[in-house]
Amino acid sequence: MIELVRNVRLWFAPQQIRHEGSTPDYRFSLANERTFLAWLRTALALIGGGFAVDQFLPDLRWAWRAGLALALLGAGVLCALRAVNHWIRCERAMRRGEDLPVSRFPAVLSIVVAVVAVAMVVVVLVGWAG
Amino acid sequence: MNTPAPKEPERRDPGLQPERTRLAWRRTTLSCTVAAVLAAKAVLHDRDSAAGIVAFACCCVLWLAFLGLAHRRIRALAGGGPAGPAALAPRHGTVAALCTVALAVCAAALIF
Repeated sequence: MIELVRNVRLWFAPQQIRHEGSTPDYRFSLANERTFLAWLRTALALIGGGFAVDQFLPDLRWAWRAGLALALLGAGVLCALRAVNHWIRCERAMRRGEDLPVSRFPAVLSIVVAVVAVAMVVVVLVGWAG
Repeated sequence: MNTPAPKEPERRDPGLQPERTRLAWRRTTLSCTVAAVLAAKAVLHDRDSAAGIVAFACCCVLWLAFLGLAHRRIRALAGGGPAGPAALAPRHGTVAALCTVALAVCAAALIF
């Protein structure tokens, strides 16, 4: 928890990270930035999915529709916040010459997306049957 | 057949890293545009709610903010010296991520 607070402070303090270690090859920093942007796109896609569930499944009961949309939007928020946190941690690890941080977030996100997809299939099938 | 020696004195980046990063920013802006367009569709769907229009206006402002951020970063990437462009500042990245979070909040406001 203390570590998280320290990381959040780093998000907003660009000069603080320059005090640590040495500047890595700019190509590594740019690769890290592209990974960050890819995660941000994933977050935006989840948010777009939230909109789409609300827009394109009008026959669904309100509770189901709102629940699915909220789950996708929440996943998008988590994904965006985690993207910036992971990027900072990678940047710091590269400056200090440490191993890059490992994360179980990709596994968790895949499971959540799989569960939402299965829920959509069930909802559509039930919608056809009923 | 021998390969000609490179004449230009400046170092060439064989991985085209700044260009790839520029395109990554473009792709991300495009994703943001898609989300904003979906927000517009949500507003057109039920156009009588004032709260929805306010939320959509917020979405537009956030989209413009993201566009500006990407533009600033692309300019910085283009203007790198021989040591390559400067790394993304943490504050810049954080603001981009917070734009995304705020977009999700606006989306939640639009849906309810």
